Amino acid sequence: MNLKKAKSIPFYIGVGLIVFLLLVMIISIFYTPYDPNAMDSANRLAAPSMEHLFGTDNFGRDILSRIMEGSQTAFIIGISSVTIGFIFGFLFGAIAGYFGGWFDEVISRFIDAMLAFPGILLAIMLIAVFNTGMTNTIIALGIMSIPSFARITRSSFIQYKEYDFVKASIAKGAGSFRIIFQHILPNAVSPILVAVALSFSGAVLSESGLSYLGLGVQPPDPSWGRMLKEAQAYIASAPWYVILTGLAITFLVLGFNLLADGLRDKQDRKA
Amino acid sequence: MRYFLYKLSSFITTIIIVSIMIFFVFQLLPGNPAQIILGIDADPHQVAQLEKQLGLDRSPVERYMDWVAGVLQGDLGESLRYQLPVSDIVIDRIPVTASLAILSLFFTVVIGVPLGIFIARSDGKWISIFLNVLTQLGISIPSFWFGFILILIFGVTLQLFPTYGYVPWSEDFLGALRSFFLPSFAIAIGNIAIVIRYLRNTILDQSKMDYVRTARVKGLKERSILYGHILRNSLIPVLTIMGLLIADTLGGSIIIENVFSLPGLGNLLIQSITSRDFPLVQSMVLYIAIIVLLINFIVDMLYKVIDPRIRLKG
Amino acid sequence: MKLVSKLAYITIAILLLVACSGSNTEESNGTAKGNKSETLNQDEVIKIAMSTEVDNLDPYISAATDTQSMMDNVFDGLLDTDETGKLIPAIAESYEISDDGLTYTFTLKEGVTFHNGSDLTAEDVIYSYERLSGLNGEEPLSSQFEMIEKIEAPSDYEVVITLKEKNSAFLAANIRPILPADYEEQSTNPIGAGPFKFKEYQVGQKLTLVRNEEYYDQQNIPEISEVQFIVMPDPEAAVLAMKSGEIDIIPGITPQGLLQLGDSVNTVSGPQNMVQLMALNHDVEPLNDVRVRQAINLAINKDIIIETVADGKGTKLGSNFSPAMDFYYEAGLEDVYAPNIEEAKSLLQEAGVPDGFPLELTVPSDYSFHVDTAQVIVEQLSQIGIEVNIKPIEFSSWLETVYQNAQYEATVVSFTGKLDPYEILVRYVSDYRSNFVNYDNKNYDELIKKAIAATDMEEMAGYYKEAQRLLTEDAASVYIMDPDRTIAMRSDLEGLKMYPIQKFNLEDLKITNQ
Repeated sequence: MNLKKAKSIPFYIGVGLIVFLLLVMIISIFYTPYDPNAMDSANRLAAPSMEHLFGTDNFGRDILSRIMEGSQTAFIIGISSVTIGFIFGFLFGAIAGYFGGWFDEVISRFIDAMLAFPGILLAIMLIAVFNTGMTNTIIALGIMSIPSFARITRSSFIQYKEYDFVKASIAKGAGSFRIIFQHILPNAVSPILVAVALSFSGAVLSESGLSYLGLGVQPPDPSWGRMLKEAQAYIASAPWYVILTGLAITFLVLGFNLLADGLRDKQDRKA
Repeated sequence: MRYFLYKLSSFITTIIIVSIMIFFVFQLLPGNPAQIILGIDADPHQVAQLEKQLGLDRSPVERYMDWVAGVLQGDLGESLRYQLPVSDIVIDRIPVTASLAILSLFFTVVIGVPLGIFIARSDGKWISIFLNVLTQLGISIPSFWFGFILILIFGVTLQLFPTYGYVPWSEDFLGALRSFFLPSFAIAIGNIAIVIRYLRNTILDQSKMDYVRTARVKGLKERSILYGHILRNSLIPVLTIMGLLIADTLGGSIIIENVFSLPGLGNLLIQSITSRDFPLVQSMVLYIAIIVLLINFIVDMLYKVIDPRIRLKG
Repeated sequence: MKLVSKLAYITIAILLLVACSGSNTEESNGTAKGNKSETLNQDEVIKIAMSTEVDNLDPYISAATDTQSMMDNVFDGLLDTDETGKLIPAIAESYEISDDGLTYTFTLKEGVTFHNGSDLTAEDVIYSYERLSGLNGEEPLSSQFEMIEKIEAPSDYEVVITLKEKNSAFLAANIRPILPADYEEQSTNPIGAGPFKFKEYQVGQKLTLVRNEEYYDQQNIPEISEVQFIVMPDPEAAVLAMKSGEIDIIPGITPQGLLQLGDSVNTVSGPQNMVQLMALNHDVEPLNDVRVRQAINLAINKDIIIETVADGKGTKLGSNFSPAMDFYYEAGLEDVYAPNIEEAKSLLQEAGVPDGFPLELTVPSDYSFHVDTAQVIVEQLSQIGIEVNIKPIEFSSWLETVYQNAQYEATVVSFTGKLDPYEILVRYVSDYRSNFVNYDNKNYDELIKKAIAATDMEEMAGYYKEAQRLLTEDAASVYIMDPDRTIAMRSDLEGLKMYPIQKFNLEDLKITNQ
């Protein structure tokens, strides 16, 4: 294998991680080694063993089963919030980029305003209003990912609007709707795909942070971030609990980041 | 000049929009602050008394007008929970968050820049692929989890660093450095990875530039081309992303301060949200947002200075 | 490559420097401690970790138990309490209650001074009680004092209080602090007559108190010269701080934390007069049926909750009362509903819900103790077909929706200790404002009324015991446990006692020379 080809290795590692965790998620719907909520007070904080591969938590629940079930939450949150962010971000970005002028000015200022809240601050503010829980976390993270989609869509639209073939069809009197969907959109697909992958990893990361602060997903919904919050108290006596749960988050986020990077590379090489 | 005025006006409009957003968001919060301050066993008389004392019996519009008028005069109001001026409380917390931010930026530069150069030089070798995955890993690790791992290794097992709280710099310089070491590093890990990747890309881009070819033709040594020309041109764009990194550091400290029990702004923020201390939260969020916007504004100006070709729009 | 290696070198050097300096400071700490114990104990500064911040320094406005337990050291009341909940004289030398139970006469000790040097006289008691009762024309600050008709001072050291009606709960109210008359700065610079003086409060960080050398109770002048309460919301952090010697006392240490500290610390522990319960709303179907409530009681295994959530450190309860107040406690109720799934199922059958029902359990999400308890309850109730759905809300919303408006089906919460049983049991009187369980039993109301009018202590205790039994028989809620409170302190400290109210009497603290 030559080095050129080898450059795609990270991309495939990313895809591999995602596929693996996706499989874990699908399996967990039908099967987990134990009932993720079944408690066993005689067997609390047990170290990893053949019986409990990842050990047990402070209620004697099987950590592997809970991590498996937690993957469902991670994917649901990732997919739903990216969908929300994409729909609204695309809409605002397209309007701003296609029509320009005042539309652009207003939307851009709002996007700037949203970007002024660093990290998960915006999500924390939104959670304070909506209250905690899975649905509200999805809404908050969805809103949080609007600006990045809007920005990318806007710049793609501005860029392609200037292209001759688009100008030509405007001259031919084609409707805005048709121009957007037939000419501009297909060209904007690859940067948007990159943004989708990045937003997904960002959402998973933010969810874990929110849930760690106690502001995100609440029990009984399983969540990796929430598990880390519970695990923190046992960091010295049951380190595997903290380590394994965090690895699950890291791998999922890494998977999507590598995917995004690979996509961007391919796109650059084409360009 | 036109560019400056345009950016300045949008900077100001954005601040206005931000303040309106903050106001609306916090008006929607459920829960009575007086009841929360006093807790479950509070006497209704005590609650009523406190509400009056805090001025909560007035309409939200009145309170908002007060807030805006105060902010314009530099008076941020009084915290409901502590009954002290917001600025006093915030000033108390700034040293902690600022120390975290500065130290973590220091880590970012000291570790990120040399590694970025190293990786750029190794481009085209097998190791670069491995390093690429490694930097992606740095970006992907949840900073608070990385904080746990640092606590586990350096605090619990090796007992090299304290794992909670801090010592003021004035009291014990090295003690303070030690107490900020792990949390700053936990915040920095993602940014280090970002700097490495960014620097690598700009160095590689610069290497393809004409002036580098000219230098090679002139017979200059590779090393002096790299350090004398490429690096100088690559570090300027890296400086400009420092703005982004500072914002990121501020965001990251919200969680990390909770992991390491540091009494900084992030810690205060979470507590004042749960205790519904509106004036305190509003002002803090506004502060942070303005800092971020200001940094972005300065970065925009820097870009313009560095690369005068930037068009008005786009 | 040169630059890289240079930077790497610098980084390593810094790392080493920091690491080395670490071991140095530890050594110097060690020697400093050694010196101290050689000299006098009297200069000892004790650092105590507190999990919450001060809510208000004015003792009449403050309601947070942690704040009160800290500031209790600054203030004294007419009376005080001992470890068993018995009232003992403090500023008052003695008291007399008239035969009709309406007039209380307190004789004050002479020579008591406030921290600002002024004498404490009847005038200050009147000022304080008028503020509490609203007799000064403003809003009353405490409903416990609203029953006062008038206060008079026949002499400088005598106070006569007349009540509107007989109320046996009034006596215990006299532990409230006495404040200097017309002093307006309690919120910023509190002044009392207690064993410690207020020094300073750094918001959200620490509260410093210093020994009151002029304390009127000369025998109880504290051994320690200064106390610093350090705010540490994270229990894990407090434990690590104690391990490194930067904290001397943790008043409420977690069982996990104790495990980490091992034998290196002294501990005192016991029930804290708290009641953790799963409250059931009697206005909601099918919880209005006593059989359903009994079935829920039978299905919940409190021992398992204590074992998993409190690491075994808790006292099982059967009613809304903790054995910490021994004199009033009705023993034996905790085993009335010994876990019995079969019986629970047949009770559900009788009640017409043989297959169980969905139940919404509202839990204050900021309290992981309650959230954890709720998770165990979900598991246990699923055995009898009750599908519990946890609804986490923030405590701030909880206070409003659950506690004030009773809009919930079931919830998990705990009530902190009160010195008078009336304050604890009045929650279930049908027309009481915070009867959020919506318990309605005329016999119960009657019992509480009798207790409040009783003048004989034994008789009063009898009524309160019967009231506890009624709550259990009606399965008013599921009373789970009184979680133990454990105080961990440096191995050369001792003497701290547990009180039925959250009180942290630092004059009890002694330093042993080890």
